[in-house]
Amino acid sequence: MRLTFAKTLQLAVTLLACAFLFIPTMQSVLAGLTANYFRGISSGLTLKWVAQVWDLYADSIFLSIWLAIACLACTLVIGIPAAYGLARNPGRVSRILEEFISLPLAVPGLALALALLQLYGSMKGFRTSWTFILVGHVLYTLPFMVRSVLAVLSAMDLKTLEDAAASLGASPWRRFADIVVPNAMPGILAGALTVVTLSIGEFNLTWMLHTPYLKTLPVGLADSYASMRLEIASAYTLIFFVIIIPMLVAMQWASQRAQRIK
Amino acid sequence: MSSATFVRLCFVPLIAFTLAFLALPLVRLFFASSESSAGWGIYLEILTTPRYLQTLVQTVLVSLAVTAAALVISTTAGLFLARNRFPGRGILLAILTLPLAFPGVVIGFLIILLGGRQGLVNQLTSGHVVFAYSLFGLFLGYLYFSIPRVLLTVMAATEKLDPALEEAARSLGASPARVVLDVILPGLAPSLVAAGAIAFATAMGAFGTAFTLATDIDVLPMVIYTEFTLSANVAMAAALSVVLGIVTWVLLVLARNFSGATVAGGG
Repeated sequence: MRLTFAKTLQLAVTLLACAFLFIPTMQSVLAGLTANYFRGISSGLTLKWVAQVWDLYADSIFLSIWLAIACLACTLVIGIPAAYGLARNPGRVSRILEEFISLPLAVPGLALALALLQLYGSMKGFRTSWTFILVGHVLYTLPFMVRSVLAVLSAMDLKTLEDAAASLGASPWRRFADIVVPNAMPGILAGALTVVTLSIGEFNLTWMLHTPYLKTLPVGLADSYASMRLEIASAYTLIFFVIIIPMLVAMQWASQRAQRIK
Repeated sequence: MSSATFVRLCFVPLIAFTLAFLALPLVRLFFASSESSAGWGIYLEILTTPRYLQTLVQTVLVSLAVTAAALVISTTAGLFLARNRFPGRGILLAILTLPLAFPGVVIGFLIILLGGRQGLVNQLTSGHVVFAYSLFGLFLGYLYFSIPRVLLTVMAATEKLDPALEEAARSLGASPARVVLDVILPGLAPSLVAAGAIAFATAMGAFGTAFTLATDIDVLPMVIYTEFTLSANVAMAAALSVVLGIVTWVLLVLARNFSGATVAGGG
């Protein structure tokens, strides 16, 4: 690579942007592992803060993982058949339906949460249970699952495959289970990783829907930012990074793999 | 069971869920906005009450500034990374895209580490520069989550540009600057408009970052939150949510019609 003036300028902007994104991340990792942040690294490295976070917030971490798994199950059950239906009936009604279920991508989570609270806030049993948060997470992640599966299904010749199977006497259910689902697998995998990653990190809806007894990981993070010392807040953020970054890498890998099918 | 019946059944879970937890709640939210003494006049009240109007203007201005900055930075970096191969490129790309899944609250905290009272800048400058809780801190927070979104859109679009056009321009004697201005940027324009709309809409609705940083700054999501929780002014919170939701939705529909890009998500 030869560096001209223009390229040097581009490189400088790129490096500055990297520094802006990377330095605070590193600060947070270091602060979570440093015995005393104000005295700096020279005060020694420790896992004390990580252990304290575990004592204080382990419940929130497990709740988030549980919610993500439940959310994944819901989006699979609702999303795969829906994507199949949309792929089989491409047309205006399908377009409108797809547009409508994608609203949670555009409308801020805060507004959706308010809407849910307006309608279901007075149903105490539902309002205070974890399923209320689950509804919010499914609402937000479902469009990602539907679109991811739909993209793969639309790229292949579904009709020919199904006609072949039907001519051999396969029932609609057999065709769905034995042809549609296996062929859609790269889309399902990419969608699943996206759903889990987004569910674990979801804050905007969850903050409005949660109760004091049901804190998810990001809600716990907000709580620690407001009321804990910097080292604990940082150690908690570090734990979050350790969970979310591998998920994100896997998600990007799976999405690229699914896109190559098109 | 016939094939058509089976396909119809496939829609049942989706329609049941969407009706119960998306359509009906949104309708309820819309009607809740009229349940104050002002009735539907509440939407007029947003424009005539200085505090709400100022909030609206401030939110739009911050979002516009973030959009402009993110477009400049991410287009420059995106073009550079898409067109050059060098050792370390993969690492730079990873650093620039990983924050995509950071929730807004975490980004708020990262800005505090950078510009808060105990932040890096304040330590380096012997204790006088605190900007995390100001409008500038909010701007940086929004910029933080906008850079990866715009970058991914720009890089995807750059890969679809035809390199032959640039070679043709160069062989005709165009300078590198002319090639960028007359060939590359026009080619990227639809994607840039789409990426800009996504960045703007995300910044307008970003709650998590504002929640950590903007305790004293009136931006729309924070005002909705305080109207709802502190003032119990449900109708106004609902009305502002409706306005915010419509604005962001319309922008993203326009963005998609422009280029088919959909890198959305909450900030």
